[in-house]
Amino acid sequence: MNKLASILAGAAVATMAVVSTANAGAVLNAIKQKDFIQCGVNTGLAGFGIPDSQGNWTGLDVDFCRALAAAVLGDSKKVKFTPLSAPQRFTALQSGEIDVLSRNTTITLTRDASLGLHGAGVWYYDGQGFMVPKKLNVKSAKELKDAEICVQSGTTTELNLSDYFRANNMTFKPVVFATLDEFKTAYFNERCQAMTTDASSLAALRAADARNPEDHVILPEIISKEPLGPMVRRGDDEWFAIVKWVLNTALEAEEYGITQANVDSMKASTNPNVARIIANRDEMGVKLGLSPEWGYNMIKQVGNYGEIFERNVGTSTKLKLDRGLNAQWSKGGIMYGTPAR
Amino acid sequence: MTTFEDPAVPSEPPRVAPWNNPSVRAWVYQVVVMGLVLALAVYLINNTLTNLSERSIRTGFGFLDREAGFRMGESIIPIEPSNSYGRAILAGFLNTLKVAILGIILCTVVGVVIGIARLSRNWLVQKLATVYVETLRNIPILLQLFFWYAIITGTFPNSQEAWKPLPGVFISKSGILHAVPVADPAHLWIGIALLVGIIATVFYGRWVRRQQQETGRRPPLLGPALGLIVGLPFLVFLGFGAPLAWDLPVMGRFRFTGGQEITPEFLALWIGLGLYTAAFVAEVVRGGILAVDWGQTEAAGALGLRRGLVLRLVVLPQALRVIIPPTTNQYLNLTKNSSLAVAVGYPELTSVTDTTLNQTGQAVECIAIMMAIYLAISLSISGGMNLYNRAVQIPDRR
Ligand SMILES: N[C@@H](CCC(=O)N[C@@H](CS)C(=O)NCC(=O)O)C(=O)O
Repeated sequence: MNKLASILAGAAVATMAVVSTANAGAVLNAIKQKDFIQCGVNTGLAGFGIPDSQGNWTGLDVDFCRALAAAVLGDSKKVKFTPLSAPQRFTALQSGEIDVLSRNTTITLTRDASLGLHGAGVWYYDGQGFMVPKKLNVKSAKELKDAEICVQSGTTTELNLSDYFRANNMTFKPVVFATLDEFKTAYFNERCQAMTTDASSLAALRAADARNPEDHVILPEIISKEPLGPMVRRGDDEWFAIVKWVLNTALEAEEYGITQANVDSMKASTNPNVARIIANRDEMGVKLGLSPEWGYNMIKQVGNYGEIFERNVGTSTKLKLDRGLNAQWSKGGIMYGTPAR
Repeated sequence: MTTFEDPAVPSEPPRVAPWNNPSVRAWVYQVVVMGLVLALAVYLINNTLTNLSERSIRTGFGFLDREAGFRMGESIIPIEPSNSYGRAILAGFLNTLKVAILGIILCTVVGVVIGIARLSRNWLVQKLATVYVETLRNIPILLQLFFWYAIITGTFPNSQEAWKPLPGVFISKSGILHAVPVADPAHLWIGIALLVGIIATVFYGRWVRRQQQETGRRPPLLGPALGLIVGLPFLVFLGFGAPLAWDLPVMGRFRFTGGQEITPEFLALWIGLGLYTAAFVAEVVRGGILAVDWGQTEAAGALGLRRGLVLRLVVLPQALRVIIPPTTNQYLNLTKNSSLAVAVGYPELTSVTDTTLNQTGQAVECIAIMMAIYLAISLSISGGMNLYNRAVQIPDRR
């Protein structure tokens, strides 16, 4: 009922709200006033957004919020996290319960156009895949005819799944759950012969939730494009620009080799691109309505994109994800930070 | 209120100013309140629409005709991803009805049995019934649904090792699959024969009772009734050449397909809702029986009726009057609780509407549709129960 409540709350807020959404910079002003960012994250997906037993959050998406807080408020700790299930997340953003949604969320036309949201950029290039118990000896998704497939509602994955099977003229039976917990429990209890969601999430679930990760295989087929990234609600272009440029600057910082460790010494760098990011050359931060130290704070406290990636989901973590598409464009990937200049 | 002219009293009412006239005042109040409510409604709707469009959130019900694109796990009516959102919601609604109706039957049967058992003179039976009621009533229904679902998915075997309790029946984590007769034109006629048999039995039964009252002799009832209800359809079955083809579940690569299936999701929800609500129904039944004056039982005993007959002929009919209104409430609760199905993956109204909401982004419309449907179901149930209630009330003999 939690979800229904939050949807109703969203509707109620939409009904009652007298705030003018056209008020430029309102979100930034409110954030500065309350002195923290309210960030919507996953309820518990290893590597992307998950709290430990002490309530400390970690993850790629969580670190994006931290980078944002460092850039905007000068302190990466000034974030409060709102865990959101797939069906809850957009209402939370629409209703103003959160300032930004950073939760393995795919940017799609419908979400931009019908939900009144804006994807600010891609933080992880993903695609939908399947995971099956190894003992079923399935080698390809094309063999999944007539299988029962566990899927979570409120995601892009439900529709992709139907589309894929339709395109391949196969039938299947979906078993649809509203929360991550029930979704993964059903799969690990072998209620379904396969589970489907973003490939990165599959890796996370296998690594963190399977009794024995080796008992499960992720099939080679990737059936969709899932560009995951932070979202804001429409109506505040200033805030949108800040989120967009924090993302791109984290990418550029990696490209220019600015890291958490060398950011202090790099401050003296003669490379104008570096100076624009961390030494207030041409006052980039001020143009966004931020302090001159925004780029420095962000990299000093949270790191560049590559560091964030490796720390949370990289090959040294239990998720063991390659950079793949998420490598810099100069290194064979498609991560291409638009220039902060 | 009827007014009539009394010639003794001057018909001219005393003249009062309109603002002092109570009926004028009452009218004015009503109009003002009504106006305020309407104005508030218009304001809220208008405000919602403005806010939604300001935030570029799409509105309107046009999406109901668009292709839904998603597949449903189970449905009573045929449904494909190429069908519309409207049809998907209809299928979800029918799934809700299915679990509600079967749940109501289950909770009534179990509830009545447990309720009577609570009053049993047998110590063990009575204590067991008490434990049932106290346990199930005090554990949140959501947990119970998880419990049943975990039991089913946790203890049932994989399809490969399915239990086969009866020929043509397979029980596994994929649910209970059983063979069904292949559709045949004879089925329609067998159904009609059954109906005819039942109606004929009812009339025959009335005739038997009249005979007994008039002549004191009771013609046989059971034999002819069996002949009508079982024999007649059987004759029709034979007449059609005894078509006996079965649609058997067959094991595929992953699971059984074919036959008729009862999914674990449905099973968990049905058992969970039915048994939980039964605990409340049991209390209602117990209260209803206790509400019948003890003197009635004694009087019936004095007439020489056996205990079972006392319960059936004297106590229960009177208890029904007390039982029906609160039982209606329980039926409504069960129906509304069926929306918890999303937790166990049963595709009922809430689940399908949620998916629709997610894909179209039209939250206000989807929630409105859902509320309207639940309201309609609830009103129908309470309407039906009110009719039944009126039928069993003791006629006023004053
Ligand atoms: N990228 C997809 C799927 C994202 C998604 O919600 N994935 C699920 C399955 S791993 C999830 O993270 N669930 C967590 C939750 O609902 O708490 C989308 O944006 O719709």
